[in-house]
Amino acid sequence: MDFRKPHELHKRRFGRNLGLGLVLGGLVALVFGLTIAKVSTEGFRMPNQIEGAHNE
Amino acid sequence: MSDASINASQSQTPEAGFGDYFALLKPRVMTLVVFTALVGLLAAPVPVHPIVGFAAILFIAVGGGASGALNMWWDSDIDLIMTRTRGRPIPAGRITRGEAFGFGMTLAVMSVVMLGLATNLVAAGLLAFTIFFYVVIYSMWLKRWTPQNIVIGGAAGAFPPMVGWAAATGDIALESVLMFALIFMWTPPHFWALALFMKSDYDEAGVPMLTVTHGRRATRQHILVYTLLLTPVALGLAFTSIGGPIYLAVAVFYSALFLKGAWDIWRRDEVMAEADGYGVEKKVFKHSLYYLGGLFGALLIEASLRTAGLSGWAMVGW
Repeated sequence: MDFRKPHELHKRRFGRNLGLGLVLGGLVALVFGLTIAKVSTEGFRMPNQIEGAHNE
Repeated sequence: MSDASINASQSQTPEAGFGDYFALLKPRVMTLVVFTALVGLLAAPVPVHPIVGFAAILFIAVGGGASGALNMWWDSDIDLIMTRTRGRPIPAGRITRGEAFGFGMTLAVMSVVMLGLATNLVAAGLLAFTIFFYVVIYSMWLKRWTPQNIVIGGAAGAFPPMVGWAAATGDIALESVLMFALIFMWTPPHFWALALFMKSDYDEAGVPMLTVTHGRRATRQHILVYTLLLTPVALGLAFTSIGGPIYLAVAVFYSALFLKGAWDIWRRDEVMAEADGYGVEKKVFKHSLYYLGGLFGALLIEASLRTAGLSGWAMVGW
């Protein structure tokens, strides 16, 4: 089977796609971390709890 | 893609790599943005969750990078003329203007929205205004129109500590305004010292620089005046809630050095400067970098001491 050496253009594209993938993965991890940080704060209440407090 | 199409696309323009898109963000400018925004965030009297703080600094940096990309989109015509900027991704043909515009706009909107969600609307609004100010007011409007462009451009670079402060407190305060003023007043003497010894081709690019429009004598006078105006701002910060004896000592030391350098620059003429290869101008430019790093570093030390319960002036009985 003949595996040809990847062209320089393909290498560059791979680098770009890999970089973008890592950036997007990092963004997902950051948003997840932010969510955990926000819901862990003392003053945090779920929306239905806020609504319940208004109805009381 | 076939080999034929690879060869065809290669003969047109070299395809951009990840590094080319990163270069659009002006990473060197970004380091100043990150450092000063971090000091603004940590000096604020409200503690911030580490992940929220990290996200805030990241989105401020991305917003700053987006401004850089949009600036390169707008200035690609003059970047092609000037030797220093000819190798940038757009003039070098690796990224098209349209791609840079789309990249910059996407990052600008994303950074503002994400900063708003991660922190608050005041910080997001300030970041949006910073991007608008740098791209529209500075790059599009004033850069090619007035030799005071450096003064106006300096304002855009001065906003990050205010954004950092707002990310923590949700507000604008005297302290954050003074941090803004410190960078705003520091930028002109810093840049004009560089302009005196760097052979620049701004003139061929049609960008009015003070050294060309008003001459080198006037530039030397401007350096002295701005350094004189900068000094009370730098010292005044010491007596606010984020200052303290360490900051004051650092500010007095560096202000004295900067004033001495500005005075020496003012006293010299071109013959004297050329005789020693612009030694004083180069020294003042280098020193101006230490000045800003030293003062913001001292604010960071004061913030760390306050966190440890050693409150600024209270340490010395004030």
